[in-house]
Amino acid sequence: MVLLRTPSVILVGNPNTGKTTLFNALAGMNQRVGNYPGVTVETKKGKFRFRDESFELTDLPGTYSLAPRSPDEMLAVELILGQPPAETRPDVVVAIVDASNLERNLYLVTQLLELGVPVVVALNMMDVAAKQGITIDCKELADKLGVPVVPMQANKDKGLFELKAAIAQAMTSPLRRQGPDFPEAFEREVQALSESVGSHVPPFLVRRLLLDIGGYAERFLEGEKNGLAIKIDAARRRLHDAGCGVPAVEARTRYGWIRAATASCVQRPAHRPINLTDRLDRILTHKIWGMLIFLVLMFLVFQSIFFWAKPIMEWIDLGKDKLGDLVKGAMSPGALRSLLVDGVVAGVGGVLVFLPQIMILFAFIAFLEDCGYMARAAFLMDKVMSRCGLNGKSFIPLLSSVACAVPGIMATRVIENRRDRLATILVAPLMSCSARLPVYLVLIGAFLTRGFPWWVPGLTLFGMYAIGLVVAPLVALILKRTLLRGETPVFVMEMPLYKVPSLRLVCRRMLDSGWMFVRRAGTLILASMIIVWALLYFPSTGPNGESYDMLTSKLEDRLDEKPGMEKARADFQEELEQLKKGMPEPIPNRKGSLKDAIAELDKDLAQLENVQDELNRLQRDWKGQSILGQMGKALEPVVEPLGWDWRIGMAAIASFPAREVFVGTMGIIYNQGRGDSKDPEFRSSLGNAIKDARWDSDPDRAVFSIPVALSVMVFFALCCQCASTLAVIRRETNSWRWPIFTFVYMTVLAYVGALVTYQVGSLLI
Amino acid sequence: MTLDQLLPGQRARVEAIPGEDYLVQRLLEMGLLEGEEIEVLGFAPFGDPIEIRLRDYRLSLRRSEAARVAVQTL
Repeated sequence: MVLLRTPSVILVGNPNTGKTTLFNALAGMNQRVGNYPGVTVETKKGKFRFRDESFELTDLPGTYSLAPRSPDEMLAVELILGQPPAETRPDVVVAIVDASNLERNLYLVTQLLELGVPVVVALNMMDVAAKQGITIDCKELADKLGVPVVPMQANKDKGLFELKAAIAQAMTSPLRRQGPDFPEAFEREVQALSESVGSHVPPFLVRRLLLDIGGYAERFLEGEKNGLAIKIDAARRRLHDAGCGVPAVEARTRYGWIRAATASCVQRPAHRPINLTDRLDRILTHKIWGMLIFLVLMFLVFQSIFFWAKPIMEWIDLGKDKLGDLVKGAMSPGALRSLLVDGVVAGVGGVLVFLPQIMILFAFIAFLEDCGYMARAAFLMDKVMSRCGLNGKSFIPLLSSVACAVPGIMATRVIENRRDRLATILVAPLMSCSARLPVYLVLIGAFLTRGFPWWVPGLTLFGMYAIGLVVAPLVALILKRTLLRGETPVFVMEMPLYKVPSLRLVCRRMLDSGWMFVRRAGTLILASMIIVWALLYFPSTGPNGESYDMLTSKLEDRLDEKPGMEKARADFQEELEQLKKGMPEPIPNRKGSLKDAIAELDKDLAQLENVQDELNRLQRDWKGQSILGQMGKALEPVVEPLGWDWRIGMAAIASFPAREVFVGTMGIIYNQGRGDSKDPEFRSSLGNAIKDARWDSDPDRAVFSIPVALSVMVFFALCCQCASTLAVIRRETNSWRWPIFTFVYMTVLAYVGALVTYQVGSLLI
Repeated sequence: MTLDQLLPGQRARVEAIPGEDYLVQRLLEMGLLEGEEIEVLGFAPFGDPIEIRLRDYRLSLRRSEAARVAVQTL
């Protein structure tokens, strides 16, 4: 048979069967991730070669059954049936099966047999089965199933060649329709239903229509025919009366057939040997030891994303600054230079800075998942998380969000249930992340430290973290009762066998996660940063037609001499000290000339102080009259009830790309120049400056007071001023709806929280 | 009696899982159907969920879910 196109192969199987390992072993480095519109799951595509022929391989997410209840689950069915969004039917479906857990794995295989595509069974983990004392006669099994069965050990690359050969052969072999026969009454109903929906609906979907109560097939056929729902209902009732009611008839038929088919070819020992998993689980799910080990592990995960990532993030920051300086030195001042330095370079740096946290977290998750512990972690935490309508698998994503919501939201991929996953994504940004810390530190340092008992600053900071910990579960609960309401999510979870994790797999997941973030979320983050840059840059002409950019650049160039002058002064001073100690003068009157030089430098440095002041003033004026500054002024009536003047409002808007930008913008607008939010000295000088700030409309009234400081902090605790978070939500939900929703609900929450804080605070203090 | 009432280490045979909702379908798909033998392996530290052995593998489910499964102890 000659095919004009590359034959396509789809890989399906239960979770925990080594599917990813097999995919990697077949496709190697040659793989990419695909997204289909309207679904949140990803499919991986790769290529492999066998005897000069190239095959395209698609990896579908692991599933126990092809009984779609959501667009995500429907995708697998559509791809196998060759319906849109798929372009063609696959030539072969490879079903990967865990040999040590044969019966349950074959359930999915019996469904695949009904899809009318050639199926090849990859019987993986033969070694694990052998260790359990299970022996399988593969030839006999192949005969019973009616499809080729290839024994394998994908993690050791064993059986790969045979699998490829079987795939190539299956393409040309005639299909043998085998698999379980459903009761006659059921087939009759399928036949009748098939006639009323029309022949364009594949038989498999007609069966699903009957079998899945509230399933996706029902929605899929909605509006196709009037009265269809009534017909289905009546058919189901007839089946119930005939003793083969749905959904039980499917499981009974399939498992009954599986047991009969495997009876002659699978031998199990009379007594199951106690294995490593039995021994490990006794400790790892133990009431005391299990919890203790869990807490230590979680502490380690948290520590690593919070602290280990820090030095790498600092390098990235440094590299960004260096590159910015380089561009600055190579170009003449103007809008283009500013765009490149403050927009593009700063933006790219702002994207890359997330990588360490994302990659460290995903290395941990891949490790915990691959060794089998992830399910145990969910098992241990499920009770606690179910209190707020989530499940045990939400714990790690939410914990990670305390460091940063971006990796936390990406980590929600471990949650299979769509609604639980969405709820977790939507509340993750409420967890107090590390970008909020600079905002808290400036305000606590300025208003709640001096003159207060020692415990006040710490308690305030704790309070800010507590806001997230209290509000997030409440919001999750409300979301689960309103927007994300549906049938109670099912927490039926396989506890896989423990195994030694594969380093290859862990590294790969780590690199993939980083690359995915840069590729998918990176452009959005960059775009938002450039927009905010433009809003802060334009208009760049002052009242007398002068260019702010030119003026500030000139002053900045002069200030560049400052470090050199300071160094020279220190050198002279040191030499002078030496001479004073009695060292002989190298040339006559060296002391005198040194003193003169130092005096001269001091004069120049004092002048530079004035230059710095001038620069700070210019920058304040520039940003104050920029589009963003004007927006701030226009919005003053909106933020006034929070106790804010237009400057705070403007800085809050400018912090849309990232919360810590608030501190930097405050620095500019309060005459402290451009500073680094991570620099404690800058923070304390900013703190002092905002203490002296006065309202434009009333110079006797101080802008900041304790209630205002608290109101700003509460706002930042609850708001979603983080373009990266929104970009990642957009990416993970594959829709604009959810990032917009998150931004709106959190901003409203933040506004109300800040309003209440200020109004109540003003009454009390 | 129902599955959630069993004690760790107890073995039982599934008698029935009445109902037609998604939970029932899910349990059936996972191989929990009448006639199957199961063993309770334990409970999570806060008493929920429950872990059982079934058909060569381990499954965890919430107590409220286990309460839907009628069993006969062995």
